[in-house]
Amino acid sequence: MNRHEKAKNFKQVNHSVTKIDALQLALGKDSYVADFVPNDALIVKMLWSPHAHARIKKLDVSRAEKMPGVKAVLWYGNVPRIAHCTAGQGFPEPSPYDTFMFDKKVRFVGDRVAAVAAETEEQALAALEAIKVEYELLKPVFTLDEAMAPGAPVIHDEAEAHVPIPIPYEPKKNLVAHVACEAGSFAEGLKQADFKFDHTYETPYAQHCPIEPYTSMARIAPSGRIEITTSTQVPFHCRRIVAKTLDVPVQKIRVIKPRIGGGFGCKQEILLDDVTAMFALRTGRACLWQFNREETFRTGRTRHPFRIRLQAGVKKDGTITAINMEAINNTGAYGGHGLTVVSCAGSKVLPLYHCENIKFDGKSYYTNLPVAGAYRGFGATQAFFAMESLMDQMAEAIGMDPMKFRQINHIREGEGSPIFAALGEGREGTPMTVGSNALAECIVQGAEAIGWKNRKDWRGKTGRYRRGIGMACLMQGSSIPDIDMGAASIKINDDGSFNLLVGATDLGTGSDTVLAQIAAEELETTTDKMIVYSSDTDLTPFDVGAYASSTTYLSGEAVRKAAAHAKSQILATGAEMLGVLPEEVHCEDSAVVNSDGSKKVTYGDIAKYSLYQKNQYQIIGTASHITKKSPPPFAAHYAEIEVDTWTGFIKVLNYVSTIDCGTAVNPQLAEGQTEGGTLNGISYALTEEYLFDANGRMQNASFADYHIYSMRDRPPLNIILVPSYEETGPFGAKSVSEVSINGAAPAFANALYNATGARVREFPLTPEKVLKAIKAVEGKK
Amino acid sequence: MTKTDHTVNFTLNGEKKTFATRPDEKLLALLRREGYRGTKYGCGQGTCGACTVLLDGRATYACLLYAMQAEGRAVRTIESAGTFDNPSEFQKQLVAAGAVQCGYCIPGMVMSATALMETEAVLEDEIVKEYMDGNLCRCTGYEKIWVALRKTLDKQAAAPARARRKSSSKGSKK
Repeated sequence: MNRHEKAKNFKQVNHSVTKIDALQLALGKDSYVADFVPNDALIVKMLWSPHAHARIKKLDVSRAEKMPGVKAVLWYGNVPRIAHCTAGQGFPEPSPYDTFMFDKKVRFVGDRVAAVAAETEEQALAALEAIKVEYELLKPVFTLDEAMAPGAPVIHDEAEAHVPIPIPYEPKKNLVAHVACEAGSFAEGLKQADFKFDHTYETPYAQHCPIEPYTSMARIAPSGRIEITTSTQVPFHCRRIVAKTLDVPVQKIRVIKPRIGGGFGCKQEILLDDVTAMFALRTGRACLWQFNREETFRTGRTRHPFRIRLQAGVKKDGTITAINMEAINNTGAYGGHGLTVVSCAGSKVLPLYHCENIKFDGKSYYTNLPVAGAYRGFGATQAFFAMESLMDQMAEAIGMDPMKFRQINHIREGEGSPIFAALGEGREGTPMTVGSNALAECIVQGAEAIGWKNRKDWRGKTGRYRRGIGMACLMQGSSIPDIDMGAASIKINDDGSFNLLVGATDLGTGSDTVLAQIAAEELETTTDKMIVYSSDTDLTPFDVGAYASSTTYLSGEAVRKAAAHAKSQILATGAEMLGVLPEEVHCEDSAVVNSDGSKKVTYGDIAKYSLYQKNQYQIIGTASHITKKSPPPFAAHYAEIEVDTWTGFIKVLNYVSTIDCGTAVNPQLAEGQTEGGTLNGISYALTEEYLFDANGRMQNASFADYHIYSMRDRPPLNIILVPSYEETGPFGAKSVSEVSINGAAPAFANALYNATGARVREFPLTPEKVLKAIKAVEGKK
Repeated sequence: MTKTDHTVNFTLNGEKKTFATRPDEKLLALLRREGYRGTKYGCGQGTCGACTVLLDGRATYACLLYAMQAEGRAVRTIESAGTFDNPSEFQKQLVAAGAVQCGYCIPGMVMSATALMETEAVLEDEIVKEYMDGNLCRCTGYEKIWVALRKTLDKQAAAPARARRKSSSKGSKK
């Protein structure tokens, strides 16, 4: 059977089954962390640093401790000082241990100084006012150039700062990470080129903006254990990191993840839970800490700003002879994800196009600005802006249609890239050849939908409003090979329903539904028979959590294997009940059926038999999964814009977002992921950025001043799922969630050029920037 | 809640209620501590719409409104919109369209749409967008929310006039 034909026979997978928690959420039922907080919970508030870089000379909390309603105050003088990393990554982390619960030094505006737990929010806020702090101001570091300069102020001068694995880390130079590789010879490759390029691109700070802010509630269970209910993408990493930070055994902590109100990477970070847990230990009370929106902007995690220098050479026939990417990210005041994000700028971007001579050099630097972390796209977003902008320039230089230039160069099924082997996360990567790849089809279908054949050169365009069409090709990965692990258990109930227990963390993506479909497909039953529980460190098997586009591909395969394990038991018991050999039966429509279809027993009957009647046991399947591959989903994006050459305003007329995510386990949810990622990318490309004052304080920490797209802003979006079949994924699936955010910035930059001849290498493409670039073009005429 | 001598009286989802409050308490905080937790905190700045309730039929940010400002008025929350057995048409359409991702914004969206449907006779796209512009969503790209809403509105527009009048009289907008 042809692989694509296989997908047509699925009964649960590749169907738009209703998202299992959708009605519960639409009705407003208790679902999120804050909905489970008892009315008598203490309220936690933090005193944040008003300075970008300072040493605390004196901190006096004695008045605050005596204020009405105050139950406890935490500061560096009364908590353990344990260097750790807040990034929720595998263990040991490829990130520096450079963070303390509280420290004598503050490193950005929004760093922790002291925390109060009080009976009411008002009392907690009043107590913060009563804390006296004397600072010794230190010279701050705000730019990459300042961070790299010889003799620059050292942001992490504490003795404890170290990385737990052997990778370059030089805090005395503010250097968080350095990774480099070369395949072939860039210098030799450049010599073969007819045209050479050398450009530098800049990308801004941005925030994930989940509508639910970071929220954590901790309390002491009747058993004396610490129970943390938290808005996390990484419950198991949360447990491990809180245990380390508080110096309590992992055994003493339970982390519960209820429904999450969006994350997009920012909740892959342990930013609140050490404090709520410590307050619970100190007070014996339930303690709630919810960031307000301003705190979510200032102290929450952000997207790394990058400076990317891209050099390349191309022959007249369209052969790319050499690429050199020098990517430097600003990781802000703490270094979690600094290395991995800069690595992904190379590893998720450079394999996309054939080139025998590729060089990559990635660095991450500290500054005294907000802390960057994981954000959907994870370095690829920033690097694709550079790569795809340059692809258009190369195409123009050789006089080739930019779509054709991509078509002749992009990676194909069965091909590898030296980059896959060279760039991993804190170690060498994993060699890989690409399996499923429908990029060629994505390019064709997207071009048709946008009307690419009517695209005209900018030089003929006149008038105030000028239209342009631009494109970008993209890839990402599906989980981190050899590092990520997901596990699942599935057990049968009396009526033939199943409890599916997964550590995989649905943060609003619909992964509980997708995993239920995968289990139901394997078990030959229906998705509505699945009761999914995710995730709880006491009750569900381990999973690294929701990041690196891993849940469908990696956790999904763990679920499929666990379901197969349960199925083997169902078949054995069914055969026993039918009085035939296990080889003579198969599963069909929630029943075990003999070979000629004359006898059958339902799953409900099998469950009752196995639980109550004879040779009793619990039918339960369990499995873990790791992967040797990280199959890229591919995408081609196309944008048609209209530029107002008087104001620089870009109006999006049409946006086409194609995606090859293998088998779409739930096409409707896969579309939803693609729509959401695409619009977030559009919003990011056109309007979103952090603005700072001279002291490193973010000036626009609200939705009034940091604009994210609303329903009225939304341009016409055309989402096209292009099927392929990934042999290594569950029922042909690979990832869907991240790749779509990468396209808008380069597609718009290319469309702007196509409209006006203006090339902007820095976004967001605000009217000011666009107008300046247009004027520069007009000036040259 | 610390001890207080203040109370506020308002109609909540059709029932007359009296609550102890303080002059500085926001309506959102009062609702949530009284068990009406479908109304969400998203920004506290009146910008995201997760806390949208109806105040005398008008969509209002409960995070900005002082509880005592609701004195004598009619407040409606998401809890009045539908139940598992009897979800509202928009809730049904949201579920069917796959429009509920993380779902945190959805109760607010439902309340804004309710205000729209009960107030406006003409439901053209521009008017609809005006009503929904104050409700931010970061998951969906608004595509499927839009589809669900448009289907709901078109269904309402096609309904017999008598049913429409009945549904709008539910709104206490006077």
